[in-house]
Amino acid sequence: MYVAVKGGEQAIDNAHAWMAERRRGDTDVAELTTDQIREQLALAVNRVMAEGSLYDPDLAALAIKQSRGDLIEAIFLIRAYRTTLPRFGASEPLDTAAMACDRRISATFKDAPGGQILGPTFDYTHRLLDFKLAAEGGAPRAETADSDPVPVPHISSILGTEGVLQPEPRTDTTPRDLTREPLSFPADRAVRLQSLTRGDEGFLLGLGYSTQRGHARNHAFVGELRIGMVPVEMEIPELGFAIEIGEIEATECETVNQFKGSKTEPPQFTRGYGLVFGQSERKSIAMALVDRALRWEELGEENVGAAAQDAEFVLSHSDNIQATGFVEHIKLPHYVDFQAELELIRRLRREAEAAQAPAPDAPAERTKEQEPAE
Amino acid sequence: MSGYNFAYLDEDTKRMIRRAILKALAVPGYQVPFASREMPMPYGWGTGGVQVSAAVLVPEDTMKVIDQGADDTTNAVSIRAFFQKTADVAVTEATGKATLIQTRHRIPEEPLTKDQILVYQVPIPEPLRFLEPRETETRKMHALAEYGLMHVKLYEDIARHGEIATSYAYPVEAAGRYVMDPSPIPKFDNPKLHSAAIQLFGAGREQRIYALPPYTPVVSLDFEDHPFEARKAEGACGLCGAEDSYLDEVILDDRGGRMFVCSDTDYCRTRREAEEAA
Repeated sequence: MYVAVKGGEQAIDNAHAWMAERRRGDTDVAELTTDQIREQLALAVNRVMAEGSLYDPDLAALAIKQSRGDLIEAIFLIRAYRTTLPRFGASEPLDTAAMACDRRISATFKDAPGGQILGPTFDYTHRLLDFKLAAEGGAPRAETADSDPVPVPHISSILGTEGVLQPEPRTDTTPRDLTREPLSFPADRAVRLQSLTRGDEGFLLGLGYSTQRGHARNHAFVGELRIGMVPVEMEIPELGFAIEIGEIEATECETVNQFKGSKTEPPQFTRGYGLVFGQSERKSIAMALVDRALRWEELGEENVGAAAQDAEFVLSHSDNIQATGFVEHIKLPHYVDFQAELELIRRLRREAEAAQAPAPDAPAERTKEQEPAE
Repeated sequence: MSGYNFAYLDEDTKRMIRRAILKALAVPGYQVPFASREMPMPYGWGTGGVQVSAAVLVPEDTMKVIDQGADDTTNAVSIRAFFQKTADVAVTEATGKATLIQTRHRIPEEPLTKDQILVYQVPIPEPLRFLEPRETETRKMHALAEYGLMHVKLYEDIARHGEIATSYAYPVEAAGRYVMDPSPIPKFDNPKLHSAAIQLFGAGREQRIYALPPYTPVVSLDFEDHPFEARKAEGACGLCGAEDSYLDEVILDDRGGRMFVCSDTDYCRTRREAEEAA
């Protein structure tokens, strides 16, 4: 006699034990430390911090170790931790013009105040596997020089003085907090940007790419891409003024986009904006492209029905923790629903077969195929 | 578990969820948006139900968790363990002894009482979602009670298949106003939605809570000439012989051998124990 599957509890415990063993791998190989991950897999750490919405390189490194390198799983660990943290308040807006830039490039001007700084980039490496790295990495050192103490103003602020770039309205209203309020539509730009910056890099990359291939093309130039440390300031109520509470690494991308003008606006350049924790160039550029595409309505552009223009589509599907949960949940038991479907399909098939079968007392019709060959 | 509040969620979050629940109870079937939190289990694994349970749970509660009607399916085990760890509440498999039942895809066979709360895990709370993918549109349709699209869908089913080809998550009308998704329960369970217990529906990923207060009139959508019919596999449970319970099909071999057993494991065990005692 069949006995219904029992022992889920034991099975779960065993699965966890097995996973822990797999995580460690071959014990003849030295165990990975979170310091090593933080220092040597920094771009993975950056992604986990950005999409986990929590700036803490040590915790991100721990999450990567715990998740066996599955970055979405690591992001999930960070999100679940983040949600339990108390909120003390909101910082002042980051002053990215005051960023200590490790990298700062513009695709629109050959030179600009502050100069072009390539910084630590893969851009011009030849993608040849470096087999030496497999044996010994060594401790490469780069030459250093004193930094030029000149200010590095935003390219957009230079363009803006000429009036060819649409100014962005300043507002002192506190943006809504997507993690404390349900998402609703229409979503204003602050909410959209919040959602994009924690959205899945791959999803935004695909959407941004789609705008370049004609699905709501917005003719973007990278006006500026800058990466570096920015101070975070917060106003302390007891003090009555803002003090610096720390600094974070961030990547900011501003695109300058062609705009032919509309009924209400003269021809001018407009912008898309991307701001992401850590060094996250690909994500910040993709974010700026998608941000710009989502602005069609406020700029009076045509909705061509492209995915990247559809705020409800983009914002409802960009979160990889929501997406991975729901996509993967279909592996959970669905016996009950499947049984209901099975029952329905069997009945419909029985009825269809009964309808097709000839009635027992109907005279058999001789068809052409049944006629004896002559 | 140290370092966390009773039932995991902090009190501010619980208060926010309770307010959503109260609103949901005041407007049966209406989907109340709430600021769903990231839970330590994945979206799609019952985060909405878990948040609702955490918000209504008190230390005196006795909790039961089922998935597919069974207490021992892996995810039910996992959620039950979560509340044992974070709230240290008593747990039970006996439907009658539980004060709070969290469920996925089933309503227990044993009728619930006015002292019980049933919490459903809901994947897609919007009954109109597969007819209209946009939330902005479906909210408007609910506001205007514009449910023609749903009736056309049900009619098209009849035209094509001779019957309404929806076997689970069968839409209902709550208290004569809102069309509501009862979560993916088989339509066999729909008549049980008219209940003495409080029924709460939590959709975590979709950030919605809705509810049925006790004895809310719940009507499964149908037509006069095609009345709603609760269905299940024909036959009786191979273990307890019940003919009135929802059955799961179990494959016994690769030659077409199969048997049917109660999906509600507590109902099945209770019947077998009563038979042995007699």
